Amino acid sequence: MRSRLWGFAIPLVVATTCSVMLIEVVMHGQARGGAQPAGAQAAPAYRAPRTGDGKPNLSGIWQSMNEANWNIEAHSADFPRFLNMGAADAMPPGAGIVEGGPIPYLPAALQKRKENYDKRATREGDPEIRCYLPGVPRAMYQNMPFQIIQGTEFIAMAFQYAGALRTIYMKPTPGPADSWMGWSNGKWDGETLVIDTKDFNGLAWFDRVGNFASDKLHVVERITATGPDHLSYEATIEDPQTFSRPWKISFPLYRRKEANARLLEFKCVEFSEEVVYGHLRKVPLN
Amino acid sequence: MNCRCLASLGAMALAVGVAAGLMSPQPIAGQTQSAQPKAAATPAKPWTGKTPEGVPDLQGYWTNNSYTPLQRDANMTKEFFTKEELAADEKRRAAQQEEQTTPGTTGDVHYDFTQFALDRSQTRLTGNLRTSMITDPSNGRLPARVGADAGAAGPGARGGGGRGAGVPGAAVGAAGGGAAAGGGARGAAGGGAGRGAAGGGAAAAPAGGGGRGAGGGGGQYDSVQNIPIGSRCIWTASAAPIMMPPGYNPAYQIIQGPGVVMILIENQHETRVIPTDNRPHAPSSVKPWLGDSTGHWEGNTLVVETMNFNPRTLTGTFQGTSDQLKVTERFTRIDEDSFRYEFIVDDPKTWVQPWKGEMPFVKINGPVFEHACHEGNYGIANTLNAYRQEEKKAAEAAKAAQPGK
Repeated sequence: MRSRLWGFAIPLVVATTCSVMLIEVVMHGQARGGAQPAGAQAAPAYRAPRTGDGKPNLSGIWQSMNEANWNIEAHSADFPRFLNMGAADAMPPGAGIVEGGPIPYLPAALQKRKENYDKRATREGDPEIRCYLPGVPRAMYQNMPFQIIQGTEFIAMAFQYAGALRTIYMKPTPGPADSWMGWSNGKWDGETLVIDTKDFNGLAWFDRVGNFASDKLHVVERITATGPDHLSYEATIEDPQTFSRPWKISFPLYRRKEANARLLEFKCVEFSEEVVYGHLRKVPLN
Repeated sequence: MNCRCLASLGAMALAVGVAAGLMSPQPIAGQTQSAQPKAAATPAKPWTGKTPEGVPDLQGYWTNNSYTPLQRDANMTKEFFTKEELAADEKRRAAQQEEQTTPGTTGDVHYDFTQFALDRSQTRLTGNLRTSMITDPSNGRLPARVGADAGAAGPGARGGGGRGAGVPGAAVGAAGGGAAAGGGARGAAGGGAGRGAAGGGAAAAPAGGGGRGAGGGGGQYDSVQNIPIGSRCIWTASAAPIMMPPGYNPAYQIIQGPGVVMILIENQHETRVIPTDNRPHAPSSVKPWLGDSTGHWEGNTLVVETMNFNPRTLTGTFQGTSDQLKVTERFTRIDEDSFRYEFIVDDPKTWVQPWKGEMPFVKINGPVFEHACHEGNYGIANTLNAYRQEEKKAAEAAKAAQPGK
């Protein structure tokens, strides 16, 4: 293996700088579908195929590939939440999706995050353990697929986890009530779908270690196709009750490419019931 | 806020064990709608609206809210009401609902139909003139069950599509639609709860798995697993399929994208994502509660085929059907204001023939609210807790009554 690699690398090394660059340019162009001349811009734009109404077609089944659902900040591997599950529930390490350092919590909020952490594996803890709706942005990086159903007036995001759903109103509409998933208005900014979400109920968490926001949370997401099978996702998180300044998260989304890829059903209520109601059994388990 | 209230209220309602027929509450979306009945008659000119992708456009906010029973009442001989007869029938059934709580009782406090609009008559009704949803067999009733003698499948055994299954907490009204689905469905669900399946007749017989007594048997309120799945926000007949009118929150939204149709069901916030791009069914060992659906277009009609239902859906909720159950739904837009929803239910292990039915869906105003049913399900915890307190009190009383005390 090693020798084959070297065999390939050496000719490249001895080639002129110019030809190396040429090779890179060609490869780059191929990877992006060859639509854009490479090198002109720092990040040459990809033009997504269009829907019938002429908008970038973001339809499909997508999934993140990161460890943010465990902890959105950079983190080392750590002990399992449920010790009897051993390594299977141990936290995998992750480089994080938060841009530019730690989340800028206000002091009281930082204290609450610590409290969340301490109770995370209990009935009062992580809403995910209870099969509660994931909220935004968490729904976007849970370790399960979601599907974009792209209409003109409405774009839906259907999540496998808990059958959660976001309805994005492409004609701005005021939210009538607070909710777990918030109220989303969307618009197109060229190649980018921009979603403005607020009217949260403040009960959702961002991850399994207790990062959170209040009902003043305001999320602005930008979703852009960067290739046939990749979306770039970035979001600005703002909540003056919880954070000292707005901050950003970003990560890629990957298309589920299996020929029989489907959004399957993860109705998790019954899986959560012992955690939620087990203490009210007539005869305790065990 | 409204929405959360209703969510928890609904769940509480179900858990506390009011008869299923009571669970006919109402949709929030419906509050802004007129209650004008409108018959979905076929217009002279067929609907031609298309999506940007060039397929028939079914998008919008819809309801199937009606009092129409799945099976024709035993004493009903007509296939269709006149408009006047329908109005009278709706009035009668609305009054029947109102009668089911006694003024001054706890039930009345929780189910004051006028207070929370928990009443089908307070939202837009579809104006369906049919006297039953079932169109085939032509008598408007379910066909005979395989292996049952003729009598077992008769009107008596099937419970007449009405109420009175007599299962407390029949909870399942949950099934909201369960109310419309007839005594059979409701009885079956009650059976799953570990109660005597009093109301279901033949349909209830195989019902044992409905509640999945992971609690290891015992009374309905010994553990959450003994409570019917509707009360636990796991399953609703408004999504099934077939999509039956729920007792409350009968709001639907259809959104279409390239190669896919999505149906959002407000009741228990169910989402059906139906691929129409010739994607194959998931492997048959994958058994969703709502079954596995794929769709295709036949002219102006969306045809959705659903199979591989979760065994607990089959035994616990849907008429006690088998693993051979296949449901075919046909959505045909009639005009701006309505589409026709037809269904064929085929299960050769359960019925001697497939059966068919139909109902209209009519437009309502949005939006569809987030019905966070499980998240707001205080009723289950409160009910279980109350039972534990009562048991504790009873145990203390028994101890105090012991001789020598």
